Amino acid sequence: MAKKQLRIALRNCGVIDPERIEEYIERDGYQALGKVLTELSPEATIEIIKKSGLRGRGGGGFSTGLKWEITRKVQADQKYVVCNADEGDPGAFMDRSVLEGDPHSVLEAMAINGYCTGASKGLVYIRAEYPLAIERLKIAMKQAREWGFLGEDILGTGFSFDVEIRYGAGAFVCGEETALIHSMEGLRGEPTVKPPFPSESGYLGKPTNVNNVETYANIPVIINKGWEWFAGIGTEKSKGTKVFALAGKINNVGLIEVPMGTTLREVIYDIGGGLQDGAAFKAVQTGGPSGGCLMEKHLDVPIDYDNLIAAGSMMGSGGMIVMDDSNCMVSIAKFYLDFTVEESCGKCSPCRIGNKRLNELLDKITKGNGTMEDLDKLRNLSTVIKETSLCGLGQSSPNPVLSTLENFYDEYYEHVTAKKCRSNVCKSLMMYIIDAEKCIGCTLCARNCPVNAITGERKQAHYIDPEKCIKCGACMEKCKFSAIFIN
Amino acid sequence: MIKLTIDGKQVEVEKDITILKAAKTVGIDIPTLCYFELRDMNIENRPGGCRICVVEIKGRRNLAPACSTKVENGIEVNTHNIRVLNARRTVLELILSDHPAECLTCAKNGNCELQSMAQQLGVRELPYQGEQSTYRKDTSPAIIRDIDKCIMCRRCEMMCNEVQTVGALSAINRGFMAVVAPAFEMNLEKSSCTYCGQCVSVCPTGALTEVDHSRNVINALADPAKTVVVQTAPAVRAALGEEFGLEPGTLVTGKMVAALRRLGFDYVFDTDFAADLTIMEEGSELLDRLSRYLKGDKSVKLPILTSCCPGWVNFFEHNFPEMRDIPSTAKSPQQMFGPIAKEYFGKKLGIDRKNMIVVSIMPCLAKKYECQRDEFKVNGDPDVNFSLSTRELAHLIKASNIDFNSLPEEEFDNPLGESTGASVIFGTTGGVIEAACRTAYELYTGKKLEKVDFMELRGFENIRHATIDFDGLPINIGIAHGLGNARKLLEDIKDGKSEFHAIEIMACPGGCIGGGGQPYHFGDSEILKKRAAAVYQEDAGKTIRKSHENPFIIQLYKEFLGKPLGEKSHHLLHTKYFDKSASVFVEE
Repeated sequence: MAKKQLRIALRNCGVIDPERIEEYIERDGYQALGKVLTELSPEATIEIIKKSGLRGRGGGGFSTGLKWEITRKVQADQKYVVCNADEGDPGAFMDRSVLEGDPHSVLEAMAINGYCTGASKGLVYIRAEYPLAIERLKIAMKQAREWGFLGEDILGTGFSFDVEIRYGAGAFVCGEETALIHSMEGLRGEPTVKPPFPSESGYLGKPTNVNNVETYANIPVIINKGWEWFAGIGTEKSKGTKVFALAGKINNVGLIEVPMGTTLREVIYDIGGGLQDGAAFKAVQTGGPSGGCLMEKHLDVPIDYDNLIAAGSMMGSGGMIVMDDSNCMVSIAKFYLDFTVEESCGKCSPCRIGNKRLNELLDKITKGNGTMEDLDKLRNLSTVIKETSLCGLGQSSPNPVLSTLENFYDEYYEHVTAKKCRSNVCKSLMMYIIDAEKCIGCTLCARNCPVNAITGERKQAHYIDPEKCIKCGACMEKCKFSAIFIN
Repeated sequence: MIKLTIDGKQVEVEKDITILKAAKTVGIDIPTLCYFELRDMNIENRPGGCRICVVEIKGRRNLAPACSTKVENGIEVNTHNIRVLNARRTVLELILSDHPAECLTCAKNGNCELQSMAQQLGVRELPYQGEQSTYRKDTSPAIIRDIDKCIMCRRCEMMCNEVQTVGALSAINRGFMAVVAPAFEMNLEKSSCTYCGQCVSVCPTGALTEVDHSRNVINALADPAKTVVVQTAPAVRAALGEEFGLEPGTLVTGKMVAALRRLGFDYVFDTDFAADLTIMEEGSELLDRLSRYLKGDKSVKLPILTSCCPGWVNFFEHNFPEMRDIPSTAKSPQQMFGPIAKEYFGKKLGIDRKNMIVVSIMPCLAKKYECQRDEFKVNGDPDVNFSLSTRELAHLIKASNIDFNSLPEEEFDNPLGESTGASVIFGTTGGVIEAACRTAYELYTGKKLEKVDFMELRGFENIRHATIDFDGLPINIGIAHGLGNARKLLEDIKDGKSEFHAIEIMACPGGCIGGGGQPYHFGDSEILKKRAAAVYQEDAGKTIRKSHENPFIIQLYKEFLGKPLGEKSHHLLHTKYFDKSASVFVEE
């Protein structure tokens, strides 16, 4: 599993004791901060970050160096740097692992960011559901202050910078930077129209540089090893590595870190060890709830920001869920829509109502009531939601629908015309039937049916009443004669 | 200057303006729904939430909201190509799919901006239908919240928080259930709401409307045992005509009186009469405090604040209860009228107060609450029984088959219908304090005021101040309209920074002419200006323009009240204020 991986952001995770700053320092910790403060100007440091080609790891993929430069150029009496640790994708825990395993790398990078942008204050916006990450971060902050890496006059250079923690209450939309800032201000966590961008007017109206945890974790290494080294890893437009949370029907689940440009096939088969039980690959979902489902033909696409978008998905923060034939793609789309409907802030109409209607259409299709017209509606509605929503959440929420419509149209078509779910996931479309030829009338199924839907005389073929059947599958599991099948 | 093209037209505009406004300069009206602006009053709502105003900017992946996207050099904007039209229509269809189709019985039928938008975009069916969000209905003494009809435009929230700084309304819940409501979805009555009604006056749909008392009034009129007396506030006559298609700013005093007679009111009186009375009491109070202050009495509280606006009274009772001894104790004109009608006029005619119903026609929703306050009742009988808004009166007239525009001009009944120019200008910001100056000057100096028009007190600036020369004594006057502006003046007083002797405060932007009960202005501030001009026009046309010269006021004091601030006045015309800061609570 370790082959083909390259750990930059996760370099210290699991290697050092995150509660001991000495161990971080032993592995070149705070060397980058020292170098920047004593040898480099803010401009020169920003130049290094720009040249390294590092792009935002939170999903947007905007050039990190450029973002810093914009914030630097805005004149203001006070600026802020913010660490976005509001990781909200279902199943994703990259940021949590970094904060739990290597909190100092984030603090060091934030201080460097503060030096570069002219901010003396850093804020970490972290989910309150991450208690261990918060605890370790607090320990790290205390130690960094004691060692003089945070606070007044850092390393005797006259540069002062300190960090505070702000807690998020678990709203997915607060990962969007304007919503995050409003939440930190004590306001309702909902996004506002950009421009103005936070780098011009952010927290309390001051220029604010917001970067994600994983982005920060890359910074000290880039300074220490040089931009040339970092830019040498990856593809033409996407440099360095990316952490993914591998999950789904795959043998090796968990966090991996691979160089940009690694193919999905390498990730799934070489690192992930292939699908469970040797099942056939069906799809891989990348980019979290805003991403899309890719299919067999995309397996040899080298992973980077632009390739994933071209294939109809996105990098997102790095969720990667592998699926086999037991996954119904319509249900998968609905699963993600359930999530975005729940997590929409409700500010703009297309996201508030449109996603709800999308979800209702998907529900109708999975229940066997869909029409061909509904498929057209899905497509039009998805397009309008993407084009008209206020923030990134709404602009990407229909991606799971659009990508499955594009790549797995057959399954939608079957649900609508044949009222059939080939993966036997959509319960409304399933019918449990007893094969009268095979049934010997042992009554085991009838005794195990929780709703008494099965009738029949002993030693005679039994019958399942489809009106009563709740499709729990208990009968099929119990039958010793394989007499029960799904139609 | 920024150069861009909109629908193929070359446009040159100043930087920092939005595409919406740039398009207007070349005659392109991009439809909007959540967007709202009261020009020259610093009131703007552009959350970019409804997404009706989306336009295409060439080269950009997504459509952009015209209301909140600024112009840039060289951009090519298309406001109505097929992509834009499809998106705009789909967004509207979505909004309508979560809106009850109750147009026929909705209070906003005919005045609903969502309805107009559906008509404008030609929506004939709703392709996307599904669950509708439902919430508890909430009725307060003045405002009904039927937020199933809320479309999250956030205008009310902007008015309540940014303009009025009341903070009763904000967005709650998220996703599909997101809606604007008091915190924890408590009832408005339990919140810090002042009933100013500005939320109602900007709501594009029927989510926020007034409590309708016209039924009660019809019942009273139909009851032969009741003598029904009506009083009409100064700002009503300057706006009522709009409901009948007349130009904004058309004075309809005479027709309004005629219509009220035809509706069956036994006596048609004028709140203006009571406004003159207010000036006698409030002006005397000002002079009393001022002269005691000048004599070195340190216990005197200055500045004195006007108290005719019930929204404003609610505001300081909630937010500045520790300063409740500063405002004048004089009741509002509506509430002065009540006891005078029942205790003086009624007794004169031998009518028991139980058999007299006093109705007020007000530009205001807070008046509905004010007339129900316990301190304005005698043994449970309110001094003023029902308060109708200008809009409710218009409905009543229409429902009674009265052709308003062809009515003759008629006069108010006497004695409570006689008024001066001073009382008419109560209807606009600055008017009360100008009326007070006219009387206070003459009473203080003993000299005749040559020029009754105090132009320095007029206008629409949020906070105004002027110094009036009381024959050598400079009197500093402050004026604020809109509760957010009032808050600033109050904070100054609290910090000991205020140098004013007297301050006029009106809760609504523009004063009563912009009240929560007036015909909808749909964000056109010109309408407010024309109403104000009408009020000043009526004042200028009056022969008597100072309250203390009103012959029936003089007679009232002679016959009944004695003197201003006298014992009877104290009993009937003055009130006290309460600390309501703790009355905002959440039920367990």
